[in-house]
Amino acid sequence: MKISIASGKGGTGKTTLATNLAYLISQTCPVVLTDLDVEEPNSKFFIKGNKISEKKVFKMIPEWDKDKCILCGNCQKVCQFNAVIKLWEEVLIFDKLCHSCYACSELCPKNALPMKSYDVGKITQFEYHDIHFVEGKLNVGEEQAVPLIAQTIDYVHKKFPHDMLLIFDSPPGTSCPVIEATKDADYIILVTEPTPFGLHDLTLAVEVMRELKKDFGIVINRYGIGNDDVITYCKNERIPLLGTIPNMKAAAEAYAKGELLSTAIPEIKTALNKIIQNLKVCEVL
Amino acid sequence: MKEIVVISGKGGTGKTSITASFAILADTEAIIADCDVDAADMHLLLQPDFAQYEDFYSGFKADIDQEICMKCGKCKQVCRFDAVRNDNNFYDIIPLNCEGCGYCKEVCPVNAITMIEQNVGKWYISKIKTDTFMVHAKLGVGADNSGKLVAKVKKEAKKLAQENSKDIILIDGSPGIGCPVVSSLSGADYVILITEPTLSGFHDMKRVFELIQNFNLHAGCIVNKYDVNNEISDKITDFCKKNKIDLISKLPYDEAFTKAMTTGKTIIEYEDSEIKDKLEKSWKKIMKLTDGH
Ligand code: SF4
Ligand code: SF4
Ligand code: SF4
Ligand code: SF4
Repeated sequence: MKISIASGKGGTGKTTLATNLAYLISQTCPVVLTDLDVEEPNSKFFIKGNKISEKKVFKMIPEWDKDKCILCGNCQKVCQFNAVIKLWEEVLIFDKLCHSCYACSELCPKNALPMKSYDVGKITQFEYHDIHFVEGKLNVGEEQAVPLIAQTIDYVHKKFPHDMLLIFDSPPGTSCPVIEATKDADYIILVTEPTPFGLHDLTLAVEVMRELKKDFGIVINRYGIGNDDVITYCKNERIPLLGTIPNMKAAAEAYAKGELLSTAIPEIKTALNKIIQNLKVCEVL
Repeated sequence: MKEIVVISGKGGTGKTSITASFAILADTEAIIADCDVDAADMHLLLQPDFAQYEDFYSGFKADIDQEICMKCGKCKQVCRFDAVRNDNNFYDIIPLNCEGCGYCKEVCPVNAITMIEQNVGKWYISKIKTDTFMVHAKLGVGADNSGKLVAKVKKEAKKLAQENSKDIILIDGSPGIGCPVVSSLSGADYVILITEPTLSGFHDMKRVFELIQNFNLHAGCIVNKYDVNNEISDKITDFCKKNKIDLISKLPYDEAFTKAMTTGKTIIEYEDSEIKDKLEKSWKKIMKLTDGH
């Protein structure tokens, strides 16, 4: 079972929900928690654990072999991403722009652009009580999150048996990275806040889920702070409301210190257990 | 003319609420740009009229003309993204997987493949409630947030500022440390980092600061909800000192921020509060720090 936790925008409580669900569920069955928010992975502040393994992630980019090149310019012509440019007597490669499509390399008449690996980030695996925790992290300045997200998911599928419960903490937003992180999930939980910003971003996320034809439900975080528009929206759109997490300054303080809210605050633990019950009723767990 | 960009590394730090407050304080002096195109929210506070818009095209996806295709399978062989599907000897493209690299088109022996430019969203020029202009955009669902739309929004904002002789361009930057935020930062005169005193907030701030250093930009910092954790707040303050980041202000935890937002207002227009007062002072400070640009 694969559950992705997503939101239209960052800062709504995705990581809070992912880490706490993983922790509470792990008390009855083994769980794999994966942080796919590779630009800013934050789950590790709550799930510390021991490092089991770490591996670098590479993407393939072309490397210019000056001696073989006849300066025909074909590489520049085929590259759709302006990642290879022929400038007078030289061919320049812009690593960060390259999408690793191999076109320039394989279509070079002289084999003057062999592909080599280039390091874009890393995947680290931790163990914390009964949680297996995997984190993908992009190097600063790298522009493409998608290949690292794909490889992190791949890593998890290879390392763990298929019948295990996998929880993915997805990147925020509605563009390619989220799609990569949610397209294979069996169920998606969208986290939002009961405010106009929250509702607006939620409607965008819902559009994406409908486009992907995914089953999904909603959790409202910081419940009590704004208004009831999100609840009305869920009713009108017939989207299951899986539960709410109350707004408390104590929660913000515990979060700041990197504490799991389910261990720090009893009210929140109760709220999270209700969400787990509802997930069972929806036959997700 | 000075270009001020507000960023936060990660969402949820109050970046948009604070930027919108500054937009109200700047009044008619500024052109506003919302570069958080993936989930643009500033319009909820500034009430743009969506008067002018244009479609935005960026990137391509392959398309196979079935009448011409002779089913040789070459396209499928070369595609590194599993975007070509072969169903009963019928080749077609899975758009969601297609990166638009055009390799398949290059190798198709009968020219059956065309690359189709993608409509990735819309961008707008609107009049807002302070009687100035705002440039903003809406990215299509699942579109590639490549930073190009962000660059477009910025470029149009700059053009408007020049045409209307405005002194300030105030930009709500993109979240994260990837391509869109790089686009939001290029050409900036001053960067304001909004952060929260949480372990993750401080960590994200350091990561985004690494990025700012690459651009050699002058930066200032606003610590939002500083009293949620005084210890980390102090660490942030020290970090600013060490790295020559101006500490602009520290704002207390206050639910009035959210309450104002729920009524469609910035805190500046809502009710008198400590935050309002601090934001007014912050804006004056920012104007001073950016004098001479
Ligand atoms: S295609 Fe090959 S030979 Fe031609 S310019 Fe590029 S690297 Fe040189
Ligand atoms: S591999 Fe593809 S994207 Fe990368 S430089 Fe070559 S043609 Fe461009
Ligand atoms: S354009 Fe590139 S990614 Fe798209 S189908 Fe062709 S080879 Fe595959
Ligand atoms: S390469 Fe061209 S002709 Fe061959 S299967 Fe693909 S589209 Fe058809």
